[in-house]
Amino acid sequence: MTIKILGTGCPNCKRTEQAVKTAIEELNIDATVIKVEDIMEIMQYNIMSTPAVVLDEVVKIKGRVPSVQEVKDLFQPEYKINL
Amino acid sequence: MFNWTQNLADWLVYSALGISEKSHLGAALNFFIYDSIKILILLFVIIFLMGIVNSYFPVEKVRNFLSRNKLYGAEYLMASLFGVVTPFCSCSSVPLFIGFVKGGIPLGVTFAFLVTSPLVNEVAIGMFLGMFGVKITLIYVISGILLGMISGFILQKMKLEKHLTPWVKDVLVNAEREQNAFESEKTPLKDRLPFIWDEVKKILTGIIPYVLIGIAIGGLMHGYIPDGFFEKYMHRDNPFAVPMATLLAVPLYANAAGILPVVQVLVAKGIPIGTAIAFMMAVVGLSFPEAMLLKKVMTLKLILIFFGVVTMCIIFSGYLFNLIL
Repeated sequence: MTIKILGTGCPNCKRTEQAVKTAIEELNIDATVIKVEDIMEIMQYNIMSTPAVVLDEVVKIKGRVPSVQEVKDLFQPEYKINL
Repeated sequence: MFNWTQNLADWLVYSALGISEKSHLGAALNFFIYDSIKILILLFVIIFLMGIVNSYFPVEKVRNFLSRNKLYGAEYLMASLFGVVTPFCSCSSVPLFIGFVKGGIPLGVTFAFLVTSPLVNEVAIGMFLGMFGVKITLIYVISGILLGMISGFILQKMKLEKHLTPWVKDVLVNAEREQNAFESEKTPLKDRLPFIWDEVKKILTGIIPYVLIGIAIGGLMHGYIPDGFFEKYMHRDNPFAVPMATLLAVPLYANAAGILPVVQVLVAKGIPIGTAIAFMMAVVGLSFPEAMLLKKVMTLKLILIFFGVVTMCIIFSGYLFNLIL
């Protein structure tokens, strides 16, 4: 699973990255986290507000910082983990 | 409505702490306690209410509305109004700009949105209400909207598309008006509240230190600087006061919440309200980090023109308020 965090480097984007990493750690799953800071690349996802969380090329969250629990819920269908 | 805060501050400072009402320290401390409580309550209420409104106006919805409808000039007003209700973070300004361009929205209309959105936001409204009351707040909000419309209109007439960076020009060529209707989320308010609540907490914790420091400085000035002190420097008749205040404000971008309490005291000590509003607008509306981010989509020349036009409009409205208020 590849998780991309889209954001130009603002504090909210860093908090989002932190939430995603914490979720991955706590669930102990194997995932690649990529931070996308290049605006031209970000715009290919057709979003208008950052930060955004992209799960296997699908935009799941945009324009706000998710909670750790919310990120875990995103991973749920992928891994069939009991949370 | 806030008499009880004044009573509480009076009691705490003059009775409980036993500091004289006539002393500088007493006046400063009283101001600090009264203002802090009042401002924090107002900020909380406004941020929460705006959070509810915001959750019904995501930027995508705004973009699609502006893109779909032919509005015959009213699009500047609509873009400005949307700017008021849409949350704005300078780090989102670039994706937002591109999103608008992609949707075939004229550059000037996009600028109208970009000007009003940071200028009239929940924190500014909450602070203004607490500091200057309803009338001045309304004037600030309405002039923020007008400022966005007028700047946007002027910028549109200047035909600035050629000053966009090359990749944005490509986006512009491929732009198309949005045809499909926006599928709005049908989430009931009850389910939105947790998110709104999180936002309120985040915004408040982010600005509280600045607000308190600002009120503390304001309190000291209130207690120790004699009334009318600034009048001789920034008098209504001094023709350079407004442009000076505006230019002075540009580097102070980050601390709008901390600066308003100081501005309130400046007004109480003799600075004309128009000069003060121009100062505030420049603090909130002209942000250096935003300019840096916009370099990705605009040439330096276009950024300078954009900021130049907005600055001129702010200076003009400062003069206007000094005349009519």
